[in-house]
This record gives sequence, C-alpha cells and structure tokens, in this order.
Amino acid sequence: MSGYLRIRNLSVALRDSGARLLRSVSLEVAAGEVRGLVGESGAGKSMIGKAVLGILPRSVEVVEGEIWLGDVDLLRLPPAERRKRVGANAALIPQDPLTALNPSRRIGGQVTDRLVDILGWKRAKAEARALELLAEVHIPDPARVMRSYPHELSGGMRQRILIASAFAAEPRLIIADEPTTALDVTVQKQILRLIAAMQARHGTTLLFVTHDLGVVSKVCQSLSVLYAGLMVEDTTVADFFRAPAHPYSAALLAATPKYTDPWASLMPVSEAVIDAVRAEVDAAETEWRDAR
Amino acid sequence: MLLLRTILARLATTAVTLFGVAVIVFVVIRVVPGNPIAMMLPPNATAADIDRLRALYGFDKSIPQQFLIWGWGVLHGDFGTSISLRQPVLGLVLGRLPATLELSVMALVMAVLLGGVAALTGTRKRGTRVEAGIDVANGVAMSVPDFLWGLLLIILFGVLVPVFQISGRVTPDLKLPFTTQFYLVESVLRLRFDLTADLLSHMFMPALALALPLAAIIGQLLKQSLKETMHLDYVTLTRTKGYGENHVILREALPNAILPTLTLIGVQFTFLIGGTVIVERLFSYEGLGNMAIDAVINRDLPLIQGIVIVFALLFTAVNLVVDMTYAALNPRLRHA
Ligand SMILES: Nc1ncnc2c1ncn2[C@@H]1O[C@H](COP(=O)(O)OP(=O)(O)OP(=O)(O)O)[C@@H](O)[C@H]1O
Ligand SMILES: [Mg+2]
Repeated sequence: MSGYLRIRNLSVALRDSGARLLRSVSLEVAAGEVRGLVGESGAGKSMIGKAVLGILPRSVEVVEGEIWLGDVDLLRLPPAERRKRVGANAALIPQDPLTALNPSRRIGGQVTDRLVDILGWKRAKAEARALELLAEVHIPDPARVMRSYPHELSGGMRQRILIASAFAAEPRLIIADEPTTALDVTVQKQILRLIAAMQARHGTTLLFVTHDLGVVSKVCQSLSVLYAGLMVEDTTVADFFRAPAHPYSAALLAATPKYTDPWASLMPVSEAVIDAVRAEVDAAETEWRDAR
Repeated sequence: MLLLRTILARLATTAVTLFGVAVIVFVVIRVVPGNPIAMMLPPNATAADIDRLRALYGFDKSIPQQFLIWGWGVLHGDFGTSISLRQPVLGLVLGRLPATLELSVMALVMAVLLGGVAALTGTRKRGTRVEAGIDVANGVAMSVPDFLWGLLLIILFGVLVPVFQISGRVTPDLKLPFTTQFYLVESVLRLRFDLTADLLSHMFMPALALALPLAAIIGQLLKQSLKETMHLDYVTLTRTKGYGENHVILREALPNAILPTLTLIGVQFTFLIGGTVIVERLFSYEGLGNMAIDAVINRDLPLIQGIVIVFALLFTAVNLVVDMTYAALNPRLRHA
C-alpha cells in the first residue's frame, strides 16, 4: 500500500532536554482516505500534524524519521522548497476558529492569499474560486463575507471559512486538528458533516485529529492511537470497534459511553492498563537510547 | 460620524485641560520669587519707575484680575507682550514653534525607524545572540536620558569625529530664501538641497539625542508584542500556506502587534517634546524650548505663559492624532 502521506519512524524531541515527544511514530494515510488520530491530551497528536506542516514550535526538533508527501520526503527539502510544497499540497483546518483568522485582515484576502502568492493565480480567478468555495460551505452572501473582518462573524461561520480556505487550493492532504472542539455543541455536528462532505466531494486525503471515538466512527475509515508519543494501534475503524488489538485502545473504547454501558464513561482507564502501556513506552525509550 | 464625535469630545476636554494648565502656570509663576520688572530696570531706578512699569504690564492688579485680562486677550489672539524681548508673545512663539516641530518630528521619525528595525531584527533573529545584543542596546539606550545622549554625541560627533554641526539650527552666514520658519520643509520644497544638508547636519545630533531613549522603548515593546503575536494561531496558519518568515512577520504579525506600540508612541512623543527644552539649549538650537529657558531666566511671565499654552496644545494634538491612527488601523474600532 502506498499512502499519500507516509510518516516513518518520526521522532520529535525537546531541544534543550532531548526528551522525546514523538517516539519513532509511523503512520500512513492512503490517498483519499480519512484516518483518525486519537489519544489523550498531550499524547502528541497535534505534534504530528505540526511536523508534517512544518510548524513545529522552536523549542522542539525532528531528531529522526521521514515524512513523505507524495513522492518527496519533506524533511530532505530545503526550507523554502518545503514550505512551497506543503502550501501547495497540504492544508490545515485548525482547532479554534476564533483565533485562526487575522483580526486586521478582511476574509477575502485570507482565503485567496495562498492561491495568489504561493500558487501564482490571477487575483480575479482566486476571488472567483473563493466565492465558489464560500458558497460550497454554505456561507450566505459570500461577496459580503469576503469584505468582512473576522470579528463580524460567528465562530461557526469562521470555521466554515477556514474549511473553505483549506480546500481552496485543492490540496491532496488536509490535516484537521480537533476542528470542532472549540465550537458550540449544536454547531459541532454541522461542521463535522460539512468536513466529511467536502472530503468526499474533493477526494482529499484527510488526517483527522480528535479524542472523540464517536467522531471517528462517523467520519474515519482507519485509525491510529497514540499514547505518550508512542503509536500503540494502527487499524481500520471496523476492526477497532469490533476488537481493538491493544489493551489501551480497548480501555479507551470502554471509556466511550455509546459503545458499551453508559456508566463506563465514569470509569477512568484502569491503572493496570496504564502501567502496561507505560512499560511499553519505557521499553521503546530504552531501545531507542541503546540504538544511539 | 464616530470620527466627528471623537474630535468634538476631544476638543471639549482640550479646552478644559488648557484652562487648567493656564490657571496653574499663571498662578505658579507669580508666586515663585523673582521680580521681572526689577530685572528690566537699571539698578538706580526709583520706586516710582518700578511702579510705573508694573502698572504698564498690569502686575499691580490682583492675580485673578490679571488672569481675566490675560485670558480675555488670549481669546482674542493677544497673548500679551514679552517683557524681555518687547515684542508680542504670539509672534515670538509662532516664530520659534516650527523649529521645535521640525526637530521633534525628525526625532520621532528616527526613533520609529531605529526602534522598528531593532524590533523586526530582534523578532527575525529571536532566541539568538543577535536578539540578546539588541536587548542590551535597548537597555542602554533607554537608561541614558536624552540630554546625556546629547553630551555624548557632542563628544563623539562634535569633538572626536567632527562630522556634524554642534550648535544652532543653520550656519549663520548662509542667505536663507525662506518665507516660513519651517526651514527644513521649505528647503526641500524649493529643491535647495545644499540648505537641507546644512539644516540636517545641525539637526542630526539633537534629534538623535531625543530619539534614542524613545527608539529603545519602541524597540522593546514592539519586539515583545511581535513575539507574542508570532505564536498566535493565525500566524501559524499562514505559515502552513507556504509563506516565509519575513512575510509572516511583516504582513501577519506587525499590523496587529503595532497597536500597543502606537499608544505608547503617543505618550512618549509628548515626553520627547518636553525633552526639547534642555536638548535645544544644549545645542543652542533656536527653538521654542530654548526660548522657554530664556523666558524663565528673565522671569518673562507673558512669554512663559504663551509657551506653556502652545506646548499644552501640541500635546493634545499629538494625542488626538494617535487616537485617530489607532482607530484607523484597528478594524474592530472602525466598525464599532
Ligand atoms: N511549544 C511546545 N514546547 C514544548 N513542548 C510542547 C510544546 N507544545 C506541546 N508540547 C508538548 O508536546 C506534547 C504533545 O503535545 P500535543 O499538543 O501534540 O498534544 P495533543 O495530543 O495534541 O493534545 P491535545 O489533545 O491537548 O491537543 C505534550 O506533552 C506537550 O506538553
Ligand atoms: Mg492538540
């Protein structure tokens, strides 16, 4: 199988202490597939997306691995070339629509800028494309919205705009990092459905970061489970919900109310499971240390 | 609409402020010791002579009466007559104001350029030795006051490497074809770049002395807000679109990061204008500040009053301009 995004043995570590935040992570997203990336807070889900998109914080660095986007390893490209490649072929749907738009720039420019500046489109063509996409994500009166500033729009509207902006250049890959967490519950469902519909229509490869297994069951075909920077499970959604291979995955699943008994949500992942997965993380760490 | 209301409200507060300033100055300079009349007359003048002169300038009346007479005059554009220079105060002040305005604005431009470059370079090179160096330079520039910078510059560029003029506004024996007192502006408009060069050579050191502390403050604050802004989500999102560091700093971060700095520049610019008093003296620059010191030495009450009122007006004008620029740059205020 050859995925559009292929991450091999990616390790990301803090620059000063050398502590690893991602531990030799491998992950593959087939072209046109939707893969869920789950794990508890701090597991490193966002770190994977940032590594792919080249927006790792300055305090961390990639210490080993490959990130293949199509047929190039991004980590081997010179920085400027890498930026261009990512800008042209990948996009991010961010978590918080309230902070992801520049407050002092009009919406129009923020949707068209990549098309014009990075991909070299004519402005008129880019604007026509933006209008088309804003309509596609069900924004009423797109022409007016293009002239608006972010503060004039609701959170749900802004997330629609960010989705339109992500799809504008027809990227092969989109990374959605908990795209509904910051929204009202009522809006969450609409946005989720919108992303799924857009993905299907455009045939985009989608890496969907979430900690909600319910969401995974609705929009994803495959799933990766991360714990403390270690990939503990990589499977299809069907297999996962039938019989998770890893005890941690099983515990996660058990802690999700819809699929077992509703009281289970009140139970934390059991200590035995945590100890087991921790031991696994420690073993991975020792092995990595010894190899150096 | 909003703009009009802002301006009207500001005019009202300005009037109140100016009245307050006028009262305070008027009273204070009459209570502090020193007799302007006695200083004008030769030592052998009689008491009758002194009384005559006091009556001529109205100093024989009570302070409230004097204030009413003076205030009435001011409302009609008459700021009285300078005691030491024996000319109408308004003409004297307006004659000197352009020199101080040119110096202050030049200093402001220098401060914004220096501070801006420091902040942008520091942000571009954040976390490196370059940034550390900029921080040190900012710290030094900030903790040395403008007049000390003036002295240092005189030693440096006036004495050790004499490339700039130390004294005055323009070389005295030059023939000036100017009709206004805005020499620098007029020299450029008349394409007399020889004169522009001479004026700049005189202005460089006092302007730089005034600019350095402000440049440091601008550099520090702007770099701080830039660095904070660089972590915001919309900046990160722009990076994923394929933009490089320079674009991200200049187009995404700067327009938002600049707002707090702008407010600060407004406040600090009024301090800078206050600083012209001593710095102009230091460089014998013929501006309003220099005249103010002479006026105080000579106990020239009408002239002091006139200068103070003009400075107060200037400060309010600066604040108004800053507020309007802020509103223009911030879409959230523009549409409020
Ligand atoms: N700027 C940073 N500098 C240093 N460490 C960081 C930084 N950002 C995140 N980390 C650390 O990296 C680890 C992974 O963080 P990451 O944001 O990828 O978690 P996550 O799985 O996305 O969690 P969440 O569900 O809360 O978003 C965490 O332990 C976190 O403390
Ligand atoms: Mg995250």
